[in-house]
Amino acid sequence: MTTPDRYEVVIGLEVHAQLRTKSKMFCGCTTTFGAPPNSQTCPVCQGMPGVLPVVNRRAVEFGIRTALAFSCRVNPACRFARKHYYYPDMPKNYQISQYEEPLAEDGFLEIEVDGGSRKIGIQRLHLEEDVGKLLHEGTLETAQASLVDFNRSGVALMETVSRPELCSPEEAAAYLRAFRAVLIFLEVCDGNMEEGSLRCDANISLRPRGQTELGTKVEIKNLNSFRNVQRALEFEARRQAQALDVGERIVQETRLWEADRGYTRSMRSKEFAHDYRYFPEPDLVPLRLDRAWVDEIRAALPELPRARRQRFVTQYGVPAYDAEVLTQSRALADYYEASVQAWGPSPGNRGDRPKTVSNWIMSELLAALPGDDELAIQRSPITPARLAGLLRLIEDGTISGKIAKDVFQKMLASGDDAAAIVGREGLTQVADEAALSQIIVSVMAANPKAIDDFKRGKKEAKGALVGQVMKATGGKANPALVNRLLEDKLSKT
Amino acid sequence: MHRPIHELTDAYRRGDLTPTAVAESYLARIAALDERVGAYLTVVREHALAAAQESERRWRAGAPLGPLDGAPLALKDVLCTRGVRTTCGSKMLEAFVPPYDATVVERLRAAGAVVLGKTNLDEFAMGSSTEHSAFHPTRNPWDLSRVPGGSSGGSAAAVAGGLAAGAFGSDTGGSIRQPAAFCGVVGMKPTYGRVSRYGLVALASSLDQIGPFAQDVEDTALLLGAIAGHDRRDSTSIAAPVPDYMAELPRGVDGLTLGLPDEYFIDGMDPEVERAVRQAIDVLRGLGARIERVSLPTTRHSLAAYYIILPAEASSNLARYDGVKYGLRVPGRDLVEMESRTRAAGFGAEVRRRIMLGTYALSAGYYDAYYGKAQSVRTLVRREFGAAFARVDLIVAPTTPNVAFKHGEKEDPLSMYLNDVFTIPGNLSGIPGVSVPCGFSGAGLPIGLQILGRPLDEARVLRAAYAYEKATPWRARRPELA
Repeated sequence: MTTPDRYEVVIGLEVHAQLRTKSKMFCGCTTTFGAPPNSQTCPVCQGMPGVLPVVNRRAVEFGIRTALAFSCRVNPACRFARKHYYYPDMPKNYQISQYEEPLAEDGFLEIEVDGGSRKIGIQRLHLEEDVGKLLHEGTLETAQASLVDFNRSGVALMETVSRPELCSPEEAAAYLRAFRAVLIFLEVCDGNMEEGSLRCDANISLRPRGQTELGTKVEIKNLNSFRNVQRALEFEARRQAQALDVGERIVQETRLWEADRGYTRSMRSKEFAHDYRYFPEPDLVPLRLDRAWVDEIRAALPELPRARRQRFVTQYGVPAYDAEVLTQSRALADYYEASVQAWGPSPGNRGDRPKTVSNWIMSELLAALPGDDELAIQRSPITPARLAGLLRLIEDGTISGKIAKDVFQKMLASGDDAAAIVGREGLTQVADEAALSQIIVSVMAANPKAIDDFKRGKKEAKGALVGQVMKATGGKANPALVNRLLEDKLSKT
Repeated sequence: MHRPIHELTDAYRRGDLTPTAVAESYLARIAALDERVGAYLTVVREHALAAAQESERRWRAGAPLGPLDGAPLALKDVLCTRGVRTTCGSKMLEAFVPPYDATVVERLRAAGAVVLGKTNLDEFAMGSSTEHSAFHPTRNPWDLSRVPGGSSGGSAAAVAGGLAAGAFGSDTGGSIRQPAAFCGVVGMKPTYGRVSRYGLVALASSLDQIGPFAQDVEDTALLLGAIAGHDRRDSTSIAAPVPDYMAELPRGVDGLTLGLPDEYFIDGMDPEVERAVRQAIDVLRGLGARIERVSLPTTRHSLAAYYIILPAEASSNLARYDGVKYGLRVPGRDLVEMESRTRAAGFGAEVRRRIMLGTYALSAGYYDAYYGKAQSVRTLVRREFGAAFARVDLIVAPTTPNVAFKHGEKEDPLSMYLNDVFTIPGNLSGIPGVSVPCGFSGAGLPIGLQILGRPLDEARVLRAAYAYEKATPWRARRPELA
């Protein structure tokens, strides 16, 4: 699956992120995803004759926030420009974008690769408006009619162009993951790739190892997941390597990733042979950015995923993997820290509580939340305080870890706290030696074969007996105590 | 009843006239005469009468909305009117009914104005004669064989012919001032940004500006005052206070310095026009103004720059008319064919010509040579005016090189374009300008004096126009229509 070593892969990514502004880029329409077609439109975003755009200040703020997080230079003045092409989902047949004078330039994003890290240059970041959506009756090729939904038309988009500094499809996917995490941390984009909140195009070229001059690049569109970014680029790198091996010339073109079929195909060059005829948008004045405002936004920047990840490792002593998972979103990282804090410092110098919290979040909580909604955790009925409450009951021996998992599910379903559920359902561990001894005696009496097996050296037989005891107590017995008592009794028979 | 608005509202106040009677009288004149003039594309009789009745109630209650309450006005058919079709003089938008009002229309309604209808224009405001409307040409009320000028010819002819008390148009390269001159009325292009363009169907966004046509300067001040001022829906509108234009009018020209640009008196211009304008300047001198020669040498490059910038912006603004969302749709086998057929059928020859010119000028590899260069010329024009206005308060010049020409006389687009040679620099530089009647040719055709001012200095421009108007007899003359 890998590209032959004699070639060096050069990749650059263009990422379009829908900004989480309440209203659209140039009008006051709302931006809720999934509303009935054309219910969130007005003359401006429908491109009616006579309308004019007005820049959304919040979108500019989000752009600046992102630019600063990527250490870009925020230009003191920027300008919008019209980009022309005919397509029915674009009501004016031009898109208001930025061209020669973007919002910000020259930054970088640090990504983790093979245990180390690398800075990937960000060439530019600019703002523009999204287009509408076409709904075809049947497939694009066979449709007798198509419908246009302008709800998405005019939604604020931020385009960020990386430098061609990514060296492999894995790196490209890592870049996109890190990029998404930053945007989610900054709360400027919900990062939902399935709904198209985050979209990616890639440029890829190959060159013989050692050559400084870049090869002919191919643009790939329709990369709507991390997996697809990697698969499409792997396919394309192989395709280009094979072509170069037999002395073919790579054609500069746009190719479409067919995710279902696992290949890229050339889009008819006619479709994309655009001369966009950019010129400065005369309906908008150049945007001058007040220094003080930019400084204010800079001062309010949150701790970014990478820094937070490093802090989790040093401050809480969790493994790098845990830290990585816990910092996938700001909401999750906040949740984690709030839970650790709610539980309080580990007794003595054990320092094990932060890792326990991490285990529970990664294995139980995340499994119970929808994977595509970064903010679902904020609405979880199990608040950090409640999670801490549950863990406290395990630590002090009130319930076993196994029972705790059931309690967790009940907390999710009912919204009650752990102590209430444990009390109501009588789930407290049986830790009464006398009561347990009696149960063990009767279990041993009912399983003479297991005892024989144990005596003949089959140590697993003890496990079966423990299981029987647990079953007899409805899972409430303290497993450590059962083990000790059982061992005691077995040694005496 | 064809009197200036300020006289009509005085009569309303006294109870001598009612808005309903006046509206009915205008509607009757339109019904009787507009077949010959062709000023209107749409007359909204019922709307007008309903608005007039409401105005009448307010006047009777002693609570009019202001000096325009009950004024019967006409709107160039590029100003979007909610519920009333807005055609831009094009087949493309023949049936287009906007769901919203332009800011200007909103402000006029809030001031109590009575909208009589929508006036004719050269298609999408591209032209100087109102012959190139997709529906019918408009004729000059002073001589029906002649053009009223354009592109706001319908509005100018309506005011001149007594078919509206006042009107609004748009001026991209002279489209208010030139027809005002041809029709013997006052027409003003305000400073770019003085009036919101929201709801004005765009021709060239960086040049377009809405302005009034009126029977006299006083009305011009009233009408401008009603529409001027910042609008948050237009980012290019200027956030500056709007002066009381009426209060400024009587201040006269005594002590003002007026610049007379050498380049505005050219070979080939109509000697009658030159004579009338020079006489007008003598009148202003007599009123106490100092006249000083100024030079604006870039004027001769203005036309060329304009005919790059305008088509470039127009080609972009008109891209939206594709048959997908609104307006004309001619079916095709596929999307591209539908769009091509729609645009071929919906746009007239001049519109297509300018779309092609503009598309070319913006193309990769040509942008710098054309659009970029034209913008440099524009900067020079602006600087030149700036330098001139450092020395003089106002600039006075002819509005046009000639009087109204005959229908069909200018078939060659270039000779048509030359009509705007004196008005275009005002649009390129964004400065305000007015055309005020300054006499008649031997054949009885009106001549216009153009007064240009510093950015946002409409008050001084109007003040000079008012002083001149008061000192001369021209506004008393009316065309003999019926």
